Amino acid sequence: MKYLDEFRDPKLAKKIVAAIRNTVTRPWVIMEICGGQTHSIIKNGIDQVLPKEIELVHGPGCPVCVTPLEIIDKAIEIASRPEVIFTSFGDMLRVPGSRKDLFMVKSEGGDVRTVYSPLEAVKIARENPDREVVFFAVGFETTAPGNALAIHQAAQEGLTNFSELVSHVLVPPAMEALLSAPDNRVQGYLAAGHVCTVMGWEEYEPIAKKYKVPIVPTGFEPVDILEGILLVVKQLEEGRYEVENQYLRSVKREGNRPAQKLIKEIFEVTNRKWRGIGEIPSSGLKIRDKYADYDAEHKFDVGDIQTNEAEICISGIILQGLKKPKECPAFGKECSPSHPLGATMVSSEGACAAYFKYQRLQ
Amino acid sequence: MCLGIPGKVVKIFDENGLKMGHVDYGGTMNKACLEYVPEIKVGQYTVVHAGFGISIIDEEEAQKTYEVWEEFVDAAAREGVDIYGNPLKKDESE
Ligand code: SF4
Repeated sequence: MKYLDEFRDPKLAKKIVAAIRNTVTRPWVIMEICGGQTHSIIKNGIDQVLPKEIELVHGPGCPVCVTPLEIIDKAIEIASRPEVIFTSFGDMLRVPGSRKDLFMVKSEGGDVRTVYSPLEAVKIARENPDREVVFFAVGFETTAPGNALAIHQAAQEGLTNFSELVSHVLVPPAMEALLSAPDNRVQGYLAAGHVCTVMGWEEYEPIAKKYKVPIVPTGFEPVDILEGILLVVKQLEEGRYEVENQYLRSVKREGNRPAQKLIKEIFEVTNRKWRGIGEIPSSGLKIRDKYADYDAEHKFDVGDIQTNEAEICISGIILQGLKKPKECPAFGKECSPSHPLGATMVSSEGACAAYFKYQRLQ
Repeated sequence: MCLGIPGKVVKIFDENGLKMGHVDYGGTMNKACLEYVPEIKVGQYTVVHAGFGISIIDEEEAQKTYEVWEEFVDAAAREGVDIYGNPLKKDESE
């Protein structure tokens, strides 16, 4: 397939690995932010072909994994109501809340539907004027444009039975939070290529400068990831700390302006809690007051819900790059994709699930 | 959720006032919203993320990324060395 196969070329990948070998002289810790990249790295064994000086740690870039437990519980509460059709991307249905998941709500008779795009949820609302249709709007900057457009579209059409349960998170504040933690190990970042496609990379420049870390917006295919690593390693070895774009075919410095414009129209920046990490200031988006009628939290008054995480789960530490999944005592034992204890085991983009799937036991 | 895949736009149409398209992912066809890539034309490639085109793939840049490497590698291989001038091991020269 065009624009995929050529970036999966094993011969080319091998050459880049050789180039990395020839560049590296000292140990470096590099974090890939995005869960899609984590998946690609483990699937293709990229971490295993790199010289031993380079350690890849897996970042918090899986929206399924970092969505706070309270929000999952709110989703479950709303989805259980008889008047509601609850719509979501498929990967949120199995995320464990504190007592059950959305699949269980469905098996108990709740009208829970998987959609492929938030516009499908708008369509369901249009076709079911006597029901309340709620879309579970989670994700990073990448899903925000679609979720913003769905609200905009519903408002344009005057639909009053559509709303979104929003838990949007923003990547740069999380990158900064990790860098300023006292036990931070990260020395360079592969930034998430699709987040940067939407937002551009201007906002990373002050971070690279302040914390002296190279930041390289990177694509998702093996050749992309290896080239991203090479660019980071070159900078580290030369003592440069810049934003350097690897994913040239998709990422422009200014990002996608029409998408940014509509995100700004519908959402505003807010503090957000990240599952396993805690609250990070200005790290999320919420619906502006002007569009409060489309805010499910407002509409359904789901209040404060007390929550408990499984005690044994160390996914928070994994998401900060301090430990690897195999270091969790529950990994592959009490916790597996068919019985996940933590969110990093649920999503295929979660580090624990990727390690499990590709049998990465050590 | 965060996986974006490149696909070729084969048809553009209007649906409820939104710019939509049929996108071909190497044989699998799907609908995507093209509101965020307003200048896209049939035949161009877009990265589709959760049902929305988020960029028009820059064909020149895509070619460049690949070709620069290929050229480096090929030129060096003709000399029997890798791109840093080290002699090629047998399995790397194939
Ligand atoms: S293996 Fe399971 S319990 Fe352990 S950190 Fe991962 S998700 Fe949590």
